Amino acid sequence: MDVHAIVCIKQVPDTAEVRIDPKTNTLIREGVPTIVNPYDIHAVEEALRLRDRFGGKVTVISMGPPQATEAIRKCIALGADEGILLTDRAFAGADTLATSYALAQAIQHLAEREPYDIVFCGKQAIDGDTGQVGPGIARRLGIPQLTYVLQIDSFDPAAREVVVQRKLERGRQIVRAKLPALLTVLKEINELRYSAFPDMLRARSYEPRIWTVADLDVDRSQLGLKGSPTRVRKTTVPTPRQAGEIIAPATVAPEQAAQRLLEQFEKTGVLKEIVELTGGNAAHA
Amino acid sequence: MATQTLPAGTQGAPAQTAAQDKAPAASRREPGKTRFDVIVVGAGPAGVSAAITAAKAGLSVLILERGDYPGSKNVMGGVLYRQPTDVILPGFWREAPLERHLVEQGYWLMSERGATKFSYRGEDWDAEPYNAFTVLRARFDRWYAQQAEKAGAILVPETTVDEVLVRDGQAVGVRVGRDQGEIYANVVILADGVNSLLAKSLGLHQEWEPHTIALAVKEIIALPREKIESRFQIEGDQGVAYELLGSISKGMVGIGFLYTNKDTISIGMGCMLSDFARTGIKPYELLDQLKQHPAIKPVLAGGETREYMAHLIPEGGYNSLPKLYMGGLLVVGDAAQFVNALTREGSNMAMISGHLAAMTAIRAHQRGDFSAASMAYYRDLLENSFILQDLRRFRKIMPFVESRHELITVYPELLAELLQDFYTVDSVPKTQLFRRMMRKIRARRRWTSVLGDLWKGLRALS
Repeated sequence: MDVHAIVCIKQVPDTAEVRIDPKTNTLIREGVPTIVNPYDIHAVEEALRLRDRFGGKVTVISMGPPQATEAIRKCIALGADEGILLTDRAFAGADTLATSYALAQAIQHLAEREPYDIVFCGKQAIDGDTGQVGPGIARRLGIPQLTYVLQIDSFDPAAREVVVQRKLERGRQIVRAKLPALLTVLKEINELRYSAFPDMLRARSYEPRIWTVADLDVDRSQLGLKGSPTRVRKTTVPTPRQAGEIIAPATVAPEQAAQRLLEQFEKTGVLKEIVELTGGNAAHA
Repeated sequence: MATQTLPAGTQGAPAQTAAQDKAPAASRREPGKTRFDVIVVGAGPAGVSAAITAAKAGLSVLILERGDYPGSKNVMGGVLYRQPTDVILPGFWREAPLERHLVEQGYWLMSERGATKFSYRGEDWDAEPYNAFTVLRARFDRWYAQQAEKAGAILVPETTVDEVLVRDGQAVGVRVGRDQGEIYANVVILADGVNSLLAKSLGLHQEWEPHTIALAVKEIIALPREKIESRFQIEGDQGVAYELLGSISKGMVGIGFLYTNKDTISIGMGCMLSDFARTGIKPYELLDQLKQHPAIKPVLAGGETREYMAHLIPEGGYNSLPKLYMGGLLVVGDAAQFVNALTREGSNMAMISGHLAAMTAIRAHQRGDFSAASMAYYRDLLENSFILQDLRRFRKIMPFVESRHELITVYPELLAELLQDFYTVDSVPKTQLFRRMMRKIRARRRWTSVLGDLWKGLRALS
């Protein structure tokens, strides 16, 4: 029972190395190393696990400049079978609406020859943090969307059904959906594998299939800057988090330390939240 | 000059095995290509140089590097020599990410509270093709490895070689620490650095002795360009490099260095491992104290430490060379202990030894002979080059210095005292002054010892 899994990935600046221009409040992208969006890598891993279990194929799709080839190669090194890069000036400047349109069209184009069973995305990209592209693709493809997935409980290609656990703010939701479906995944969903050597070797000289606007059946007005209603009016740099208070046991008596801790809990309301979440069990702990 | 000793025909006929299947398999359904003409272990200067020369001659080359990218784990003081690099990549300085070209080099003899500076600045060094450059290895090595890829070599990073595969006494490939990690080659070039666990596991060398290995620590300190340029009287891409000797090593056999980069300064200190063990001195304390020295502190003032690194340097020289080859295998660079501690040479020996190893591999492919006898050609090339000639010439100097630790402290201190006296105008008649200076020399070291130091030192060099 071969499974065809498609994974949408994005090349993003390595935020560990990102700096922000204090004058314009925009990211300084120059000279910043790029990585595959960390959530997307876990999406690739999950797809590979399905392929390894059922057989079949993993296709990675990305939209970006030619340099995004490097990101696709990273996925090939992990074990993905094939990569497609949507690259064209007409795609440039796309917001989440235009991006999800282009990716959905690409997936449909691919599906004409290679029908898919499941589409994976990361829960969001670390440079934009919107989490909109995955749902946008699902909507356009007309398939169920399962966001914030932290576990696939069962996957049945014969019965065309998938059961997943979604992470919600206060708990987990178990959802069953028909295949094909689109999943956006969290990092917790899996541990990345250590690439096999032949995959590493293959990735070094792998050339993805390049698709331009001419290869797709698209409405040009929905692409790139033209197809992007989003306007950035202002960006702000988040204020750095203040260092927390350390109640050092060496300098404070245990009773006082406990008292101080309790006061802080009450002030921030965190204790109440814990009690609610655990149904009062934490109060006894 | 190394180039003169090289046989003609680097660009010799491509090896028979090379042309057949150069590109790795395109689909994961087919098994990946796991056979190469040459496998190079380690993407430092030695390994990359070997890869460039071999790939340019048409051999299929795989470079395996354990770091995230070439250079991510590589450390040296920071001087790159033009001529040896030029042998491998003619005109490299026009494109390579270099810091500054050196217009001045010298020694600072450091006493407790002063320094006697001895340096040369030359106008000739200020024009192409230049003499030497400062580099940051993380940037340079990455670029250098890209040149190997451009020449056709395949580089796989993040991959550690666990074992050299040996059949009937002949190296036939390597096993890497990944699934399906057996890869085969006619020639394996070990450029895996100072520890060379692979050469050791093959019995080519024993555990290094602590007195043959130096431990060097280094900081990269950020300063605005203008500050660096005004403090060292340089402009544009000019740079300076000083070696620091004397009391700063606290009686240990060791040397410090101070090099200017574009907007950073590399400062560091290395001493023999056996001396650190003997004295209990901690390397970072030594470097901290060096940074506080009255001759150093002002040039670093206001700087911010960007990076801190430490590395081992194989300084055993000729006396502790490993076996340099076996059937199907050659050892290059630090792994072969190719460092001249006295003259601050290492990266040049690494590059040229890598180049000579590649020449050996090319010749072996032309003859279809990868036996130990064929690999022995590498030893011949080394013997005819400056590498083994210099290492042999200087083989007695390190044991000499080690046997007279005190020299490193005594003479710089003495020189400082004498110069201080000489330049102090205190209305003392010169006859008296000279007598006082003589007494000072005697107090530090008996005349017979001075003569002995000179005599033995010269003999060690001859």
